[in-house]
Amino acid sequence: MECYNLQRQAACLKRSLFDQGYLDEQFCQIEDLQDEASPNFTEEVVSLFFKDSARLMTNIEQAMEKNPRDFNRWDAHMQQLKGSCYSIGASRMKNECTSFRNNCGDENAEGCMRSFQKVKREHGVLRQKLESYIQLLRQAGPAETATRPGCA
Amino acid sequence: MTVVDAESRFHVLAVDDSIIDRKLIEMLLKNSSYQVTTVDSGSKALELLGLRDEAAESSPPSSSSPDHQEIDVNLIITDYCMPGMTGYDLLKRVKGSSSLKDIPVVIMSSENVPARINRCLEDGAEEFFLKPVKLADMKKLKSHLLKKQQPRKCQPQIQPEPEQRLEAPPTQPAHRPEEALAEVTADGATTAVSDCNGSNKRKAAAMEQQEGLTPPESTKPRLSNSSLAVET
Repeated sequence: MECYNLQRQAACLKRSLFDQGYLDEQFCQIEDLQDEASPNFTEEVVSLFFKDSARLMTNIEQAMEKNPRDFNRWDAHMQQLKGSCYSIGASRMKNECTSFRNNCGDENAEGCMRSFQKVKREHGVLRQKLESYIQLLRQAGPAETATRPGCA
Repeated sequence: MTVVDAESRFHVLAVDDSIIDRKLIEMLLKNSSYQVTTVDSGSKALELLGLRDEAAESSPPSSSSPDHQEIDVNLIITDYCMPGMTGYDLLKRVKGSSSLKDIPVVIMSSENVPARINRCLEDGAEEFFLKPVKLADMKKLKSHLLKKQQPRKCQPQIQPEPEQRLEAPPTQPAHRPEEALAEVTADGATTAVSDCNGSNKRKAAAMEQQEGLTPPESTKPRLSNSSLAVET
């Protein structure tokens, strides 16, 4: 019973993440890759994403400080971050990355600053939500991902 | 010998500077029963393949240094936008090498730029995948691997099973054009700002001219490792 509830909770949380646009179909692709040989694949990818994206955001921050109005450089860094968002299905964060790149294209430094704050905010929110989701999955046990209820 | 056995011997070299994408492509390939080696740069890929990054191709094979690792690969799948050597540069280097030119090369990119796609395909890439790459894309690799089956000493001769459906050779310039349009409209006009090709293209062209022919591969030591991940 307990296991069932946790899996249901995880499923509900995931659905809400999709409904609110935090995640897109690509996240499902990642979960689909998980199998018995790699039972923690989703968690590993999520963890890797947040570690790597934190690094990329630091790069962007430093570039904006040390290379003012170097829009090509800022854009190149953001291109990498956006690519990571694409790969994990981080939809809202990806959109903010796009806004940032558009501002680079317009050479709008103020706009870039604002976009970057939004990117950071989305990053933080997504991190919280995915950490909760992963936590629920862990507690629910090594059964299949919470796409359907019931214990193994 | 069944096709499944043959697939499990196919060795794919995946090149991507993004650690996330390396993890994903590795999993995608493993799920499709390929052996995988991942590297994070074009120059590391060339090193593994037995080509130096600089124009030092004229050195005889016996001068290979002891720590110089070389592997047999059946297919190279590479990201397009990478710092230093781009996927396109890597493609040109591979296709310009007498020992490597028959290895099929597939390019991946998260940006849909038709001119870029066409250029890669015209210059020898077998396929161009839009990222994020999906499991369904892995199925497209099989036909290229079977088509390019060579009688190399490590690889068995495989005849395709009669019931096996081979994909049609890629004649169209771009994959998933309907998705391509969606990508462009979602992004707006962002690609004009940074073309990751930049000066690397000129550098690659210059290096191409300097590269001599590599000697036949039979004298080179070869290691066939499974799931060897080379990362920084």
